[in-house]
Amino acid sequence: MAYNSKPAHHEEYQRKQHREEMKHQVLTFALMILFTFIAFGMVIMEVDTYFIIPTLIILAIVQVAFQLYYFMHMKNKGHDMPALMMYGGAAVALLTIITFTTLIWW
Amino acid sequence: MSHEDVLNPTKLPHDPEKATLEGKNKFLAFWFFLGGETVLFASLFGTYLALNGSTQGENTPEHLFGLELVFIMTMLLLTSSLTSVYAMYHMKNHDFGKMQKWLGITVALGFAFLGFEIYEFYHYIHEYGFTFRSSAFGSAFYTLVGFHGGHVLFGLSWIVTLMIRNQKRGLNLYNAPKFYIASLYWHFIDVVWVFIFTVVYLMGKVG
Amino acid sequence: MSTAVAQKRGLGAAIWDYLTTVDHKKIAHLYLYAGGLFFLIGGLEAMIIRIQLMKPDNNFISAGLYNEMITMHGTTMIFLAAMPLIFALMNAVVPLQIGARDVAFPFLNSLGFWLFLFGGLMLNVSWFTGGAPDAGWTNYAPLSTTSPGHGVDYYVMGLQISGAGTLIGGINFLVTIVNMRAPGMTYMRMPLFTWSVFVTSTLILFAFPALTVGLFLMMFDRMFGSAFFDVGLGGNAIIWEHLFWIFGHPEVYILILPLFGAFSDIFSTFSKKRLFGYSAMVFATVLIGFLGFMVWAHHMFTVGMGPIANSIFAVATMAIAVPTGIKIFNWLFTMWGGQIKMTAAMLWSVAFIPSFTIGGMTGVMLAAAAADYQYHDTYFVVGHFHYVIVGGVVFGIFAALHYWWPKMFGIKLNEKLGKLAFWPFFVGFHLTFFIQHFLGLMGMPRRYWVFLEGQGLETGNMISTVGAFFMAIGTLIFVYNVIYSAKKEKKADGDAWGTGRTLEWAIPSPPPHYNFVQTPLVRGLDPLWVEKMDGKEGMTPAEPLGDIHMPNASFLPFMMSLGTFIAGFGFIYQVDNKAWLIAVFAGMGILLGSMLVRSVKDDLGHHIHKEEIEEDIKKGVAK
Repeated sequence: MAYNSKPAHHEEYQRKQHREEMKHQVLTFALMILFTFIAFGMVIMEVDTYFIIPTLIILAIVQVAFQLYYFMHMKNKGHDMPALMMYGGAAVALLTIITFTTLIWW
Repeated sequence: MSHEDVLNPTKLPHDPEKATLEGKNKFLAFWFFLGGETVLFASLFGTYLALNGSTQGENTPEHLFGLELVFIMTMLLLTSSLTSVYAMYHMKNHDFGKMQKWLGITVALGFAFLGFEIYEFYHYIHEYGFTFRSSAFGSAFYTLVGFHGGHVLFGLSWIVTLMIRNQKRGLNLYNAPKFYIASLYWHFIDVVWVFIFTVVYLMGKVG
Repeated sequence: MSTAVAQKRGLGAAIWDYLTTVDHKKIAHLYLYAGGLFFLIGGLEAMIIRIQLMKPDNNFISAGLYNEMITMHGTTMIFLAAMPLIFALMNAVVPLQIGARDVAFPFLNSLGFWLFLFGGLMLNVSWFTGGAPDAGWTNYAPLSTTSPGHGVDYYVMGLQISGAGTLIGGINFLVTIVNMRAPGMTYMRMPLFTWSVFVTSTLILFAFPALTVGLFLMMFDRMFGSAFFDVGLGGNAIIWEHLFWIFGHPEVYILILPLFGAFSDIFSTFSKKRLFGYSAMVFATVLIGFLGFMVWAHHMFTVGMGPIANSIFAVATMAIAVPTGIKIFNWLFTMWGGQIKMTAAMLWSVAFIPSFTIGGMTGVMLAAAAADYQYHDTYFVVGHFHYVIVGGVVFGIFAALHYWWPKMFGIKLNEKLGKLAFWPFFVGFHLTFFIQHFLGLMGMPRRYWVFLEGQGLETGNMISTVGAFFMAIGTLIFVYNVIYSAKKEKKADGDAWGTGRTLEWAIPSPPPHYNFVQTPLVRGLDPLWVEKMDGKEGMTPAEPLGDIHMPNASFLPFMMSLGTFIAGFGFIYQVDNKAWLIAVFAGMGILLGSMLVRSVKDDLGHHIHKEEIEEDIKKGVAK
């Protein structure tokens, strides 16, 4: 097996990479918590409706992007097909949501 | 690759979850499945958004929802997402013991979340008489949030099964992909929850 | 190995072999048998409908039974005949065309089949338990939510189960095509059939979840008292229509695209030419798939969505005519100047072009939203969609079956009988459906049990019914051909048509269960043709002769599907008697228990040893 002969310093390099990635992930987590606080805070403080709804949605989308790209590693190599299918799903999802909020014939 | 190499590798490669063709297939298939799940939840969200005004004059979202509980639930699930990242971090470093420990914490947080959700539903039904059948809003609310809760329950059973099954033998090229995609599933549950607390609870409270 | 052993051990072992198989070629057979049977049932239902409409004020069947007939005819033909027959082709051909030994998930492949079969059986059980679904194949609320009896419940549970199977199959083929291609088989060297299966599988992935949700909501409304479609409690019936068509429109492309791919392969094989405009064909396929998601509301022009929405969906719908037109012209140019061999497969394919184009033209007519107010829910629509589905999908299935039959069963279908089946079907098809456009324009509504005397509808309906009998005759000749050929036809060569271009023709007919002795090296588009032009006999191998890794057979997929089947009955009847909840728990227990076994028990597959393979080569069953 090729990986049996991997030299020790290579191993060390990998671990360092992982630590580096973990740092990013913890940072991401901190931001996600912060966004959550902002979102809840805005609702509690009863910020103006026209401002708050788009802001809440943007915060949610950014949080989800963090989850996908950092926690689920979509930013890493070898995630082209997953990204394609997630964006495909998201496009159909968006069409569905637009339909159900505008074309439902009340 | 012989079966022996898969089950008892002398040394694990850098990405044990993608070292075999089976692992690569599982990885890809599960991502595709999540693409489909995105549409599934979008349909449920769409239905909810279409019906969240159909309260029949009682138990409106503003009146029902309490933000304290939702905030605690959000924190629990967000944190469980980070702990499962830690578990995968240790998997990549081939430290099975620590991986199991962090998965254990993830599962505990997941069960706490589920407990709060059950309490929440119980509370709405008994304190407010707000049920699945009371209005179209009720049906849509319980279906959307319940589908998510069902996913949480399935994810927990899945992770627990994997942990028990592999307790004795440690990490190998056969179970690494399974752990990895279970953690992807867990993150996706969190993705859905982010939209639920935003769209259902926060936007519901704003009115 | 398994077929030979099974034959020695007799019928019981053969049945057990098929119940547990994970071999894509055998699963293709299973899909073909089951889909073929449902096709005949759906055809019988169609004949009953046409007999009822033979003359004015007919009372051949009652109004209620008529509603059940039209519902089951549509549902059966779409979900239980066309879909599985397409899956039969996908299973039989795709792994061979990309040079793989099986699909990415053989176990899930088998699970997908059994879920489909149990879902289909569930739907048809309803005939014997108090009435089939009767709210139309579109099952619109509130007609469906207020339909008495359990018919619609069977629709909901049956489609939920078989839909899950389809979704599993779709993901499986996506991963197979992305990950399992032989060395050198780049995306732009994939045969058109494989390309179209790839696009189709993507559509399945994104379309079926909407149906899943729609069916769940319907199930909750009918069985658990929720109020999604109950206007009295604030529900909204349009939600069902949207969910159904967000799924339903991509579904029609799911049906036609694989056969577009099959036609492309057939035209180039029997014209002895490479496909004209390969990259344009790929682009058109992807574009049709993409646009297929933006047009669903053209089924709902008369709902009252308003002029803006109607215009957007009208324009998007008309846009689909462009990539479809690209395809039609490329097929014509493929034949242009080729050495055309008019086999039965080619006959069906050539007949498809004008037939489908007529359906496409009436499609553009229907897409004009303002005009659609006139056509909506008339026989014009019935004529239109039968032109695309029969003229496209059914012709395609017949063509593809003739073309790949030697690869699937090791013998060709008799060519004379094949052509004999074609002519009555072709003539009957146009007799049946062409006149229906005019009946529709004259005001005959669809789904009505009877029509009245003296409104000028008699002759047209009579012609239509006569045509249907011609189609039935054609179908029966095809069935006879299958039996006749199994007994009389000689074993086919690996390259059964002599002009095969793609990888499936590089191996024996039928292939050994590991397909390729050595994974082939692909050196260009139409890989076998490339080698032939270089004067070589077969493919250049990409690996040395060695042990082959194959998946293990399993009975669990059958058990899981049986579990959902039992639980399905429990859900339907717990409305009447809570004791039926036992069936729900038992069924779900079987399902989850089987899943647990699958999760806990290691299944690493097995190896076929080099010696066994060398033996097979000597016997001539592998190459």
